Amino acid sequence: MSVVRLPQASSFAPSIDHMFDAMVILCGVVAIGVFAVMIGMCIVYRRGSKADRSIPVAQQMGIELAWTLIPFLLFVGIFAWSIRLWVHLRSPPADSLTIYVVAKQWMWKVQHPDGRREIDALHVPLGKPVRLIMTSEDVVHSFYIPAFRIKQDVVPGRYTQLWFKATQAGNFQLYCSEYCGTNHAAMLGTVSVLPASDYARWLVSVTAMTPEQRGRQLFVQMGCSGCHDPQSGIRAPDLHGLYNMPVHLNDGTVVQADDAYLRESIVFPASKIVQGYTPIMPTYQHRVDEEGILALIAYIRSIGPAPPAASQDRSSHD
Amino acid sequence: MTDVFVRDSPLRRSYLWQGGHTLRSWLLSTDHKRIALLYAASITLFFFLGAVAAALMRLTLIDPQGRLMSAETYNKTFTFHGVVMVWFFLIPSIPATLGNFLVPLMVGARDLAFPRLNLFSWYLYMVGGLFTIACLLLGGVDTGWTFYTPFSTMFSDSHVILAVVGVFVVGFSSILTGLNFIVTIHTMRAPGMHWYRLPLFIWGIYATSIVMMLATPVLAMTLCLIGLERLFGVGIFDPSLGGDPVLFQHFFWFYSHPAVYIMILPAMGVVSELICCGARRRIFGYRFMTWSLLGIAFIGFLVWGHHMFVAGQSMYASMAFSILSFIVAVPSAIKVFNWVSTLYRGTIDFHAPMLYALGFIGLFMLGGLTGLFLAAVALDVNLTDTYFVVAHFHYIMVGGSVMAYLGGIHFWWPKITGRLYSERMAQLAAVLMFIGFNLTFFPQYLLGYMGMPRRYHQYPPQFHALNVLSSIGAVVLAISYLMPLFYFARSLRSGASAGPNPWQAAGLEWMTSSPPPEHNFVETPVVTEGPYAYHEHEEQA
Amino acid sequence: MNAHLAEHFDDPPQQKEAAMLGMWAFIATEVLFFGVLLAAYIVCRWRFPAGFADGSRHTDLLLGSIETAVLLASGCIMAVGLREIQLAKQRSACLAIVITAALGVAFLVLHGMEYVDEYHEGLIPTVRYLQNGTDADSMEVFFCLYYVITGLHSLHVLIGVVLLLVIAERTRRGHFSPHYYTPLEIAGLYWSLVDIVWIFVYPGIYLAGHSA
Repeated sequence: MSVVRLPQASSFAPSIDHMFDAMVILCGVVAIGVFAVMIGMCIVYRRGSKADRSIPVAQQMGIELAWTLIPFLLFVGIFAWSIRLWVHLRSPPADSLTIYVVAKQWMWKVQHPDGRREIDALHVPLGKPVRLIMTSEDVVHSFYIPAFRIKQDVVPGRYTQLWFKATQAGNFQLYCSEYCGTNHAAMLGTVSVLPASDYARWLVSVTAMTPEQRGRQLFVQMGCSGCHDPQSGIRAPDLHGLYNMPVHLNDGTVVQADDAYLRESIVFPASKIVQGYTPIMPTYQHRVDEEGILALIAYIRSIGPAPPAASQDRSSHD
Repeated sequence: MTDVFVRDSPLRRSYLWQGGHTLRSWLLSTDHKRIALLYAASITLFFFLGAVAAALMRLTLIDPQGRLMSAETYNKTFTFHGVVMVWFFLIPSIPATLGNFLVPLMVGARDLAFPRLNLFSWYLYMVGGLFTIACLLLGGVDTGWTFYTPFSTMFSDSHVILAVVGVFVVGFSSILTGLNFIVTIHTMRAPGMHWYRLPLFIWGIYATSIVMMLATPVLAMTLCLIGLERLFGVGIFDPSLGGDPVLFQHFFWFYSHPAVYIMILPAMGVVSELICCGARRRIFGYRFMTWSLLGIAFIGFLVWGHHMFVAGQSMYASMAFSILSFIVAVPSAIKVFNWVSTLYRGTIDFHAPMLYALGFIGLFMLGGLTGLFLAAVALDVNLTDTYFVVAHFHYIMVGGSVMAYLGGIHFWWPKITGRLYSERMAQLAAVLMFIGFNLTFFPQYLLGYMGMPRRYHQYPPQFHALNVLSSIGAVVLAISYLMPLFYFARSLRSGASAGPNPWQAAGLEWMTSSPPPEHNFVETPVVTEGPYAYHEHEEQA
Repeated sequence: MNAHLAEHFDDPPQQKEAAMLGMWAFIATEVLFFGVLLAAYIVCRWRFPAGFADGSRHTDLLLGSIETAVLLASGCIMAVGLREIQLAKQRSACLAIVITAALGVAFLVLHGMEYVDEYHEGLIPTVRYLQNGTDADSMEVFFCLYYVITGLHSLHVLIGVVLLLVIAERTRRGHFSPHYYTPLEIAGLYWSLVDIVWIFVYPGIYLAGHSA
């Protein structure tokens, strides 16, 4: 039969396959054992056979406890093994290359840090950790690369993330694995793993605006700068040096200005108000799409500390 | 027509005759045995509707391009299959037919506590069913049986409301049935029938009823919110209004994971009866069997998050749900070991019900063991939403529940109808079913392992051979499902009279005539011993 | 007294036990029905604290408080009715049940007045929603949940009122005595459920925002 082992194309694949194989052996032994005992009993104690039928005890605490506790301990062992891998799967290294993915019925849109964009394809460098930050324009999708043994649902209204380190050059299949409507089965893509130098060349082979540049453009076009620019007369929080810093809110709590916070502040500005400000910002929910939001966040991340002259207007860090 | 059975009239003294024989006397009957048959007829109809949908899917998947039907039709077909099989077949299957028929008989009561409520539950089931069929006739629904938001609320342009109303209504049928069983088992046991003398089938139904009562309301309200969101734009699950689609998934699986136990707990009860009778032995470890049933029902409420390991819930929530999922597997393991030990020093007959029960143990075990792969978070990341999951839950639901249901129908058929059926044919069907089932679903484990996602109506060529194999298995499976229709029909027309206890089985239901009289027992029975006293009978024989 | 015994029960105590257990089981399912809605409310309130607090401030605290008082009083009077039938005082039991039902109607009327006011203020999502502050969107979620929860509760009150009137009529006709009053007790249990749900709704929806 044509059962083929998937290529082990990411750093996770060998350890996950290792555990899978161990589970197959363990469960196989248990299954074969139980089948053998069951069939053996069926043969020995079939009606008419000459087996001993003196009445056995109907309950033995020792046996019952044994087959309660032994499976339990085995399960705890399997759990511990899988948790170690799970934490690894969920902990992207700090030096990861960040790529943004927006899913949409029925395509994958990818935005690389230097501006290159692609659809239904993802180019990544070999041997370098890559972190994907993903969201959806419409329904729930799921980003699945079997050769990497990774999968993550892509949920509208929030950012989910995924990381991997490709260990094998070549093209691998990308699937949508969460049912998303009519053309779910056609929402495919190709992941191309390139040697690092080829990836660098690929990135610059088409000149495009970087996300920061696009974000800056949107920032001006949509009038964000009219209020958030420190020189403007309107009191809005200054965004310089804001990214990943703590923000004091007017209900006394402190949140971190991460991607999710920035997205929420653009889409639902009233939900978290910075200390000392009034909720006057309108929602930009239907005025900017998910890619635009990602560009705006990239721009906000790119702007460093404010020029000294303007810093008297800041109150979010007192 | 004038065979001994009718002339000699065990039939004339039974519920089949005494309650009258107009259509009206059936449709307005409050006799639990007649209501059980109303359910049996209606769920059989829905089973074959769902099976036709499955057959069409398997037929489409023979071709990697899926040219038999459009993507849209395929999506509607698997949605219909899921909705019908889960809510209109599996959930009511054993409780509403065998449970309805047997609970009063097994506890020694004359009827369920609330007979009119019982009939009302059947009407609710039918109303829900009509909505679902109306939905199908008007063009169907394409959300999958899981109704994930925001697809179901904002993006699907199919008949979501009709489907949701159908499931909502049938949910009430399930709640009321559970309530009826709980009250009956608590208050109407015959003298001497204390809790530890109850057959395990009753314990299975009892555990199921608790889950039905406490989980189904959550589903009903969640579906209600979907309806409101779709009709009026109430924004609880819709991210563009500030809602949270993952909240929907939490609510949905809070019901739908326990729903898996609604489908499997009664099956465990049935199999315990079948194994004891087939091996002529007392069940091994009775008390562990009862407590493991209740344990599964209880822990089953705490594991819903294992459907959402990659859905965006926190890493630590996934860890908690993972360990709880392993813990809920412990009682299932205990049950398998106890069933096998019951065979020890038995006198084993391989009649059809026993073949189904043995098949159940094997398939349920394989389904359970592959469940461990899915409970291990790191492996689940790769396997979830692929055919591995499809194979896993079909091993539990079809290999488990359906095998047990059919085993139970074969076992109690003589009691229900008073007639015997062709044992040869029944044995053949059981063996064919085991072979056909494995041929259909084992390849799907391999497909999932190779990475084929679920709910795809076309697929890359490397999955072709295994899909063809699976479709061939489905043909064998279909034949084995059709066979009982023929030999049961023949049994109804001309089967030999069964007598009160053709299997020499223990249990109160076998102490009354077959078919039982309208009020079950001529005199209220008095119970003096625990269940499954087979060895005493065997020694007397 | 055996006239009340259905043929499938052995004796009246068994029948009463079955009926009471059935009602308690029903109440357990009802708790889950409202539980989901309250869980959704808590999750959404946690997501949008400002909008929900604002929403609470738009509810009518005075009417809500009067409704609470009315409902609690009705629960108390229902208990008196049960006591009276146990003491074989059919007439005063009947009177107490009628008063309970009347208070239930009063609750519905008061709640209806709230809905009318909210209609005029434009607070009913999709029907007439005229809010447009920065909080308007999340306040809309609040009002959606407010209508689903209070609507479902009012439906239960309405069913309770009908049930109580039927029971009152049966009491008047002398169907109940100290030996047999199960339907009356069951109606009382149902009415307590209606009360208790409101005890969660009132602080959660009306009070929580006014404190801010």
